[in-house]
Amino acid sequence: MIRTEELLLNVGPQHPSTHGVFRIVVKLDGEIITEATPVMGYLHRGTEKLAENLNYTQIIPYTDRMDYVSAMTNNYVLVHAVEKMMGLEVPERAEFLRLVVMELQRIASHLVWWGTYLLDIGAISPFLYAFSDRERILGLFNELCGARLTYNYMRVGGVKWDAPDGWIDRVKTFVKDMYVRLDEYHNLVSGNEIFLARIKGIGQYDVKTAIEYGLSGANLRCTGVDWDLRKAEPYSLYDRFDFDVVVGKNGDCYDRYLCRLGEITQSLRILEQALEQFPGEGDTMGKVPRVIRPPAGEIYVRIESPRGEIGCHIVSKGKAEPYRLKFRRPSFVNLQILPKLLIGENMTNMVTILGGIDIVLGEVDC
Amino acid sequence: MSEENENKPTTEQPAGSAPAEPGAEQATPAQSAAAQPATEQATPAQPSEQSATAQPAAEQPAAEAPRKETDEEKAARRKAAFEAKQAAKAAAAQAAAEAAKAAQQANASAPATAETPAAAAEGAPAGESPPAPPAPPSPSQPRLNRVVTLLRELVAEDAVEESYINEPNDHLPTLVIKNEHWLQSAQLFRNHTELACNYLRNVSGVDYETYMEVVYYPWNMDAREGYCIKVKVDREQPSVASATPIWETANWNEREIYDLLGIDFPGHPDLRRIMMPDDWEGHPLRKDYVPLDPEV
Repeated sequence: MIRTEELLLNVGPQHPSTHGVFRIVVKLDGEIITEATPVMGYLHRGTEKLAENLNYTQIIPYTDRMDYVSAMTNNYVLVHAVEKMMGLEVPERAEFLRLVVMELQRIASHLVWWGTYLLDIGAISPFLYAFSDRERILGLFNELCGARLTYNYMRVGGVKWDAPDGWIDRVKTFVKDMYVRLDEYHNLVSGNEIFLARIKGIGQYDVKTAIEYGLSGANLRCTGVDWDLRKAEPYSLYDRFDFDVVVGKNGDCYDRYLCRLGEITQSLRILEQALEQFPGEGDTMGKVPRVIRPPAGEIYVRIESPRGEIGCHIVSKGKAEPYRLKFRRPSFVNLQILPKLLIGENMTNMVTILGGIDIVLGEVDC
Repeated sequence: MSEENENKPTTEQPAGSAPAEPGAEQATPAQSAAAQPATEQATPAQPSEQSATAQPAAEQPAAEAPRKETDEEKAARRKAAFEAKQAAKAAAAQAAAEAAKAAQQANASAPATAETPAAAAEGAPAGESPPAPPAPPSPSQPRLNRVVTLLRELVAEDAVEESYINEPNDHLPTLVIKNEHWLQSAQLFRNHTELACNYLRNVSGVDYETYMEVVYYPWNMDAREGYCIKVKVDREQPSVASATPIWETANWNEREIYDLLGIDFPGHPDLRRIMMPDDWEGHPLRKDYVPLDPEV
């Protein structure tokens, strides 16, 4: 007779598949997960507490370090919230620059996800493809603001740096090349039978569950919900451009994969139009008081980050520092569904499901 | 490269901490206007009384003694301006509060008087110029009135402490709900066919020093409209009924608030610290939090 017993296994905090310092304590019955408890906080830096002693411009670099794969959108949610509170006008050229960098960032972020996700599953070459293309975007950002990852690019009322000569043309070239590369990606991976066997029907949930758990981004859209804040509550200049919200049907890892790759195409479409309409001249900073003091009150502003709804809740008492600053981080909220998805799954699927949610630990822990 | 970039905001905005005294905002344009003629004369760039108030008439031969006086006068003027501003603010706040109360009573009897609540909502965030012209009623006002009526009828007569439209925030209907009625109200928001808020966008906790507040943002995914609900809690023994049985999203958010602000959520299935280590003492986001280890 074979004696069996339950096995308690710690995955992480230093495990490549957790995409950062994240730990899951799984209870295993053979290879089947019977219970999963996520443990986090290893990267908690107390951004919200630190922000209470900083003025708004000083907080911007901290937002870079939350979701460090998508720093531009994080920059935007903060400056957008403050602008909304103060009723500031942003010059058109600045808003165009912001939109262009946000969409480039979305592509870069999805490329990181695509490469690392396939690496998780066991394919090495896609990672090299994705990172070589992402490198081009980081190069463009480097030209624009002198940083590759933590840009500190946006300001309340505009952007810090104007685009250098020829930058717009270089972005245009990139967009053209990226369409071709995206086809290559699909040829390389999307139809691969081994890949499909690993992700089709895995980590499936329905619309009701997704909404119940407050999921957003591709995690929500993969179930068929047409919910993209760029369309639903247009901010910046998104209402000027023609693009589609990519939705899935089955709510499994494969649909999430297709949603994200589809979003790259849509971002490229937005970029094409935005670069075509890009104003040749104009200010990059609006009229902003020397000391930024939003009037007393509170605001909750949300935008669509590559991972979902990123929100910024500011409570102001009319001072130069926020009284309370809370970020609604999409990774943190999306991750809540993980224990539910893991129960009853095979251990090999754990990595597939966790990777499919697309988390960034800097954002989960904040 | 990135480190250099990181340092920028501090060098770029030295003004962030310098004009700490309130009322400096009004003084700055006058100062900059006065500074230019002063430098032409190669005298210390102290704005004189005249230049600060009227046109830059800095050509007048200003003696040493009067200049010192003007400094003091300027300080006095600033103080007076600040006090006046504070008084105006207090008056506006009071007026707004009274108007809000009146509006609530008016809402209960007849929701047709939409002008008063709009004026109240206008007065509260602006905080200045008490005799504000009657603004057009907010497009969200009927929605707010309806929610207040529903809560009064179906939960409790005194369930709603306060209700207003948060205008800068896209006219978001905001309600302050009594702590003891929160759970029932949350169920109403979730289950009532007219509200049907099936999605919870965000949960925040705020420490206001004299009390604490938990802020929920429920959202109706089908009608695409949302609310802001605030629940005030006592600071000594903070406790709010957990919304996790109603919205699963609240689970980790409430754990985070419990961890960082120390608010208890009875009814939560698994209330443990989430960010800080389990043996951590104190709740870091509280305003009076003192780090245990001064070295850190």
